[in-house]
Amino acid sequence: MEQFQTLRSGVVPLPVENVDTDQIIPARFLKATTRQGFGKNLFADWRYGADGQPKTGFVLNDPRYQGHRILLAGQNFGCGSSREHAAWALYDAGFRVVVSSYFADIFRGNALNTGLLPLQVTEPELQALFAAVAADSDLALTVDLAAQTLSVPGRSEPIRFELDAYKKECLLNGYDDIDFLLSQESAITTFEQNRPWIF
Amino acid sequence: MSRTLFDKIWDAHAVRELPGGLTVFYIDRHLIHEVTSPQAFDELTVRGLTLRRPGQMLATADHNVPTRHQNQPIQDPLSRSQVDKLTENCARHGVELYGLGHANQGIVHVIGPELGLTQPGLTIVCGDSHTSTHGAFGAIAFGIGTSQVTQVMASQCLLLDKPRRMRITVDGELAAGVSAKDVILHIIAALGTGGATGYFVEYAGSAIRALSMEGRMTVCNMSIEMGARGGLIAPDATTFDYLQGRPYAPQAENWNRAVAYWQTLPTDADAVFDAEHHFEASAIRPMITFGTNPGLGMPLGATIPVLTDVAEAAGLEKSLRYMGFTAGESLLGQEISHVFIGSCTNSRIEDLRTVAAFVKGRQKAPHVEAIIVPGSQQVARQARAEGLDQVLAAAGFELREPGCSACLAMNEDKIPAGAYCVSTSNRNFEGRQGPGARTLLASPLVAAITAVEGRLVDVAEYVQQLADV
Repeated sequence: MEQFQTLRSGVVPLPVENVDTDQIIPARFLKATTRQGFGKNLFADWRYGADGQPKTGFVLNDPRYQGHRILLAGQNFGCGSSREHAAWALYDAGFRVVVSSYFADIFRGNALNTGLLPLQVTEPELQALFAAVAADSDLALTVDLAAQTLSVPGRSEPIRFELDAYKKECLLNGYDDIDFLLSQESAITTFEQNRPWIF
Repeated sequence: MSRTLFDKIWDAHAVRELPGGLTVFYIDRHLIHEVTSPQAFDELTVRGLTLRRPGQMLATADHNVPTRHQNQPIQDPLSRSQVDKLTENCARHGVELYGLGHANQGIVHVIGPELGLTQPGLTIVCGDSHTSTHGAFGAIAFGIGTSQVTQVMASQCLLLDKPRRMRITVDGELAAGVSAKDVILHIIAALGTGGATGYFVEYAGSAIRALSMEGRMTVCNMSIEMGARGGLIAPDATTFDYLQGRPYAPQAENWNRAVAYWQTLPTDADAVFDAEHHFEASAIRPMITFGTNPGLGMPLGATIPVLTDVAEAAGLEKSLRYMGFTAGESLLGQEISHVFIGSCTNSRIEDLRTVAAFVKGRQKAPHVEAIIVPGSQQVARQARAEGLDQVLAAAGFELREPGCSACLAMNEDKIPAGAYCVSTSNRNFEGRQGPGARTLLASPLVAAITAVEGRLVDVAEYVQQLADV
């Protein structure tokens, strides 16, 4: 996993609530057996017409937002299927941060395991961010993971966000849970010797 | 200290609690399938790791398999390669595989319970969000991402934060024609598609206890559709009767020891939950969804709500535009061209019996394409043994071979763009059953009635007839 420390980037606004992982990456694109290449089908059915041509009006096709690496999305982002391919698709398309007022549990975990930061703000903060991006499509936000802050131009105080201390260390250093879990070998082995609920 | 069912299983599986709150959590059973496992096996190989406990794993091919001609090579090269990769990986790493052609093959959440692998007090994971199904037996079961699949393969553990606990109590008696599917659609409509995010849900109350294991699985299956990490139900005599004698269930003297342990699991009388919700069973009606998330459901005869909250109304408006409906309208009379009966929510023998009992002596409407996909080879065999296949065929239903099929439309079983499908599956997301497809979630009975009528009707009249039989 790649390290994540700070990011200064423009924003792609997607003011839709309950975006499910079937929208992020439709099931028919899950036939690949590697992690790479899902980005081209990110939001495929919102992004492309039946003829495969980009749909004007969908934000990923809007030239004003090209190259922006922060996705700003409505509440309950990533609900539905557990497919980690959704996080891979966002990452592969260049996103490193998704900002929302809350995330579906499985997606949040998958994002953290992919090196994609799910950054949770309050609903009023989220709405203020949507308004700020609507007023200035070039608005650049700064995410500082070590400080756990999201800085917004024109706002005196940065937004402070919460993240589990362990997951933060992982992301800062590019570690994942496997390294940690393997270090627990002796505790796991001891535990396995006594599982009285296995009959 | 008083504990909930969830707490008891959680505590028993906590290998270590870390400062800061995360828990090294032990997994008893790990189920895998062809779609979310290949990258996990690759990661294992790249890191030079092996499976820690292959004996605690079970694999099947279900998500991406055809439901016709399973005895022939898979036509779609990508699907074939994915299924082949599962076969290779299982052979190389020593994982039991119930693949295509095996007598135990089927949807992963159907075969676990029917083989007796799913038992009270266990922890069960799978790279699939509907793993919550197994909670019906009083197990902690939940879906995980592919990185976590690798973690369980390598360490048999996950690093988890403990979810909050919610109890949903449904008391009273369900009316005739109201099934477990209507119960869970009713609950999700009330709590919303994100209403249980961060929680693990225990379903309780007399109406839940009165459900069969099949019905309980249907309820727990859809826990994820309100954002819950999982759902579970206290094990009782219904659970034990279902499990006894199944191939992987405890045998001989172990059986009595197991039951004695399982009886210690239910929530203590004075245990406290972080959130509680109560529902009255008699108020639940046959349900239908009208929007593009499972929380957008209503009683079949009701009208689509007109929302006043601006943000909510905007979301509903987008949803209704996709579905071709308008706020305030009733869906009675809506023409339906496709009916899909299947998926890990409703493809068990009880579901097939319900459908067959209704369609016996009737015919599907000529313009309706009605397919019924059994959840497993075992369900399919049982259906044939009971003659349900003949009944369904005579009514014009096409009985397919087991798999996830049109629930997620990874294989050829897709609903055409713009077409309306009444489906017994779990998700009505945009494009879920194929690009542009419009899904209305319902129970097997409502699906069967819709297939015969060719449009949505008030089921009350039929229900009376059924009750009189």
